[in-house]
Amino acid sequence: MSDAFPIEVTSPTPLLELRGISKEFPGVKALDDVSFAVYPGEVHMLLGENGAGKSSLMKVLCGAYRADAGEFYHNGEKVAIASTADAQKLGIAVIFQEFSLVPYLDIAQNIFLGREPKGRIPGTIDRRRILADARRVLDTIGFDIDPSTTVDKLGVAQQQMVEIAKAISQNARILVMDEPTAALSDRETELLFALIARLKADGVSIVYISHRMAEVFALGDRITVLRDGRRIDGVRPADVTPDQLVRMMVGRNVDMTYPRNFADKPGELLLEVKGLSAPTGISDINIEVRRGEIVGLCGLVGSGRSEVARAIFGADPVTSGEIIFDGKAMSGEPDLAARRGIALIPESRKSEGLALLRSVSDNLVVSALRKLFPSGLFDQRAAQRTSDGLIRQLRIATPSARQTVGLLSGGNQQKVVIGKWLAAGSKLFIFDEPTRGIDIGAKSEIFALIDRLVAEGAAALMISSEQVEICHVCDRAYVMREGRIAGHLARNELTEENIVRLGMHHA
Amino acid sequence: MTDISKEAMMPPRSFLSQDAIQVFYRLLAALLICAVLAVLSDSFLSLGNILNVLRQASLTFFIASGLTLVVLTAGLDLSVGANVALSACIAGTVIHKTGSPALGILTGLACGGIVGLLNGIMVTALRIPSFIATYGMLWVLNGLTYWYMAGETLHGFPAGFRQIGSGYLFGLPIPVYLLLVFLGIGTLFAQRTIWGQEIYAIGANPVAARLSGIPVARRLLLVYAVSGTMAGLASIIFLSRLNSAEADIGESLTLPAIAAVLIGGTSLFGGVGTVFGTFIGALILTLVLNGMNLLSVSANWQPLVTGIIVILAVWLDMKTRRRAQ
Repeated sequence: MSDAFPIEVTSPTPLLELRGISKEFPGVKALDDVSFAVYPGEVHMLLGENGAGKSSLMKVLCGAYRADAGEFYHNGEKVAIASTADAQKLGIAVIFQEFSLVPYLDIAQNIFLGREPKGRIPGTIDRRRILADARRVLDTIGFDIDPSTTVDKLGVAQQQMVEIAKAISQNARILVMDEPTAALSDRETELLFALIARLKADGVSIVYISHRMAEVFALGDRITVLRDGRRIDGVRPADVTPDQLVRMMVGRNVDMTYPRNFADKPGELLLEVKGLSAPTGISDINIEVRRGEIVGLCGLVGSGRSEVARAIFGADPVTSGEIIFDGKAMSGEPDLAARRGIALIPESRKSEGLALLRSVSDNLVVSALRKLFPSGLFDQRAAQRTSDGLIRQLRIATPSARQTVGLLSGGNQQKVVIGKWLAAGSKLFIFDEPTRGIDIGAKSEIFALIDRLVAEGAAALMISSEQVEICHVCDRAYVMREGRIAGHLARNELTEENIVRLGMHHA
Repeated sequence: MTDISKEAMMPPRSFLSQDAIQVFYRLLAALLICAVLAVLSDSFLSLGNILNVLRQASLTFFIASGLTLVVLTAGLDLSVGANVALSACIAGTVIHKTGSPALGILTGLACGGIVGLLNGIMVTALRIPSFIATYGMLWVLNGLTYWYMAGETLHGFPAGFRQIGSGYLFGLPIPVYLLLVFLGIGTLFAQRTIWGQEIYAIGANPVAARLSGIPVARRLLLVYAVSGTMAGLASIIFLSRLNSAEADIGESLTLPAIAAVLIGGTSLFGGVGTVFGTFIGALILTLVLNGMNLLSVSANWQPLVTGIIVILAVWLDMKTRRRAQ
């Protein structure tokens, strides 16, 4: 069972083997009976859509998460990975996308952070030795830099090298890399690939998470595809085509249905974005949204979807381009966008959508204060009456409008965020991952609500990593890749495969 | 049995708002202090002493009320005391030069307001943390005032002007009337206007407030300007009451004002608190100091007692709020 690779391998026993790993979070099965083996000196590519379980598997590997079920074998011997210390002892190191370096310390101090060679005087560091040790580690990975350089002077690629040096200095035998080329230039990518080849030759195994087809085939010795927390297949690059991989990642689960009454004919143009670029990394964005439409905005996490939403809403500055809303050009802060009738339902409801310590009522009326109280005088009772109406309309489960909003469930909190824009009478609703962390029942309620909104003449722009949802709910969708619109899919072209194909890096 | 435990697991349903509960506890504490002092000291309940307490409390309250709004937005204004000193000296000079108290009052308020606005600009446009911006402003204002006054003392103002700080109307000191007026205005502004609501929202979560369409920068400018203007008002009352102005009159004002805000239940993390709470905070602070005077406890102990009360009040707040969560 555990041997998914009947083909001969360089070494018969895997360096590390995971059997039947499961990990559950409230409401989600992040990993479901996943088995996974890493052989010495191989590059093992880990593939899957957003939310397929790659990150969870990586965190189980490095001991950040404790698996609910499953076994670990190291060189054939049963071991436990219950903490990051356990993982470190087994020689597992992870290079996250967000580096964990201390910017104001130098390279040598970062490499040996917490393990500094002690000087003669207690409490001091043996400066000469730490520099020499760092030099030696940097040499083994062929990184020619002065180890006394402070890390904040380094570029992304160099910081990555320091992270790798740090891992090597801890005798890492398994290096897990999460999209290591995401922020690198072509030249830097080449250097990284050369380093990976070198590490491989030294017998280090690499687990490589990637969204780029080209590197999957260029680097990978084997590929494991995850989907919905399950291991779908393990293959060798020579035996598959990119198209086959995409199909494995997407699957064909069409059992989910959401209510949607598609309009025969979309209404008038409500939002027109022309050639929009922003310092946040999006460029030349062109988007149109009409009344009565739900338009999807998809692409991988980090492809610039949220940045487009924030730029339209005025939350981030833009460098060039035009935003025309309801026939008039618009530029300014979110308060202007909100007054004109744009609503943003941000990705992170807790940190960006709600004042968690305030009441449901306070949160529901916060965007509608000017509309509800044109005189400027606030009336708590009138605010509660409005809130009670919204609570009934949206079926928000709360004991009263005075309940602290932080005590509600995720789905009900999301309804409060949507409710505040209903109170404000918004015309365009921009949803950023509206169903993240919400159970299935609340999901279909929220989609029914969006459907009702657009049926009544509003419009919606919906960002989602759940391609099934986009396919079921949207009239059409834009797909983003690396800060640009990679393509547009009309209703009849809207399939998960097309979304993934446009969103992946084929170059 | 299971039903009962289930009910206990349910989130608390709050019939009284947290703010109301906190103000209630504070009123109780103030009354308790009064009762203890009434027993321990014969002169505590005399009319003269009670009016004295109210007048003292009003001086702290004027500064602390504006500061409350700043703290509600999770900010801090450390420049209020220095602002009082500069505004008082400038207002005093204007009265001396022109002989017009009205013009002096206007200049004092304007000076305070402009300083507050500058604080607001540093916090919003330059994105300097309020703690640092207003701390720097404190030094700048001190420097300006010392340079301007050059060691001089302004002394002797028209009798009419002195009435503001020392006069009585129907047996009550005039500052007490002003206290009631500004307590009313402050409470109305914070609780009954949409700007007040927006200020609470900003303090509770500035990111969510901005993404909810609240013009955060404009509201912060307003809040700092109000805090400065209230310092300007306090400067007029000081000037009138002391009948003199020196460069160093502001030095002992900022920390008691912050103490009143904290004892009054306004959280330094923002979004929680009331102007009325600050009034009771100022009252408690004054009562304790007054009581120590009456009981002939050495004034050297006063800072220590103030410190303990601040820590106790904030600790109790955090405990009750945590339980409410």
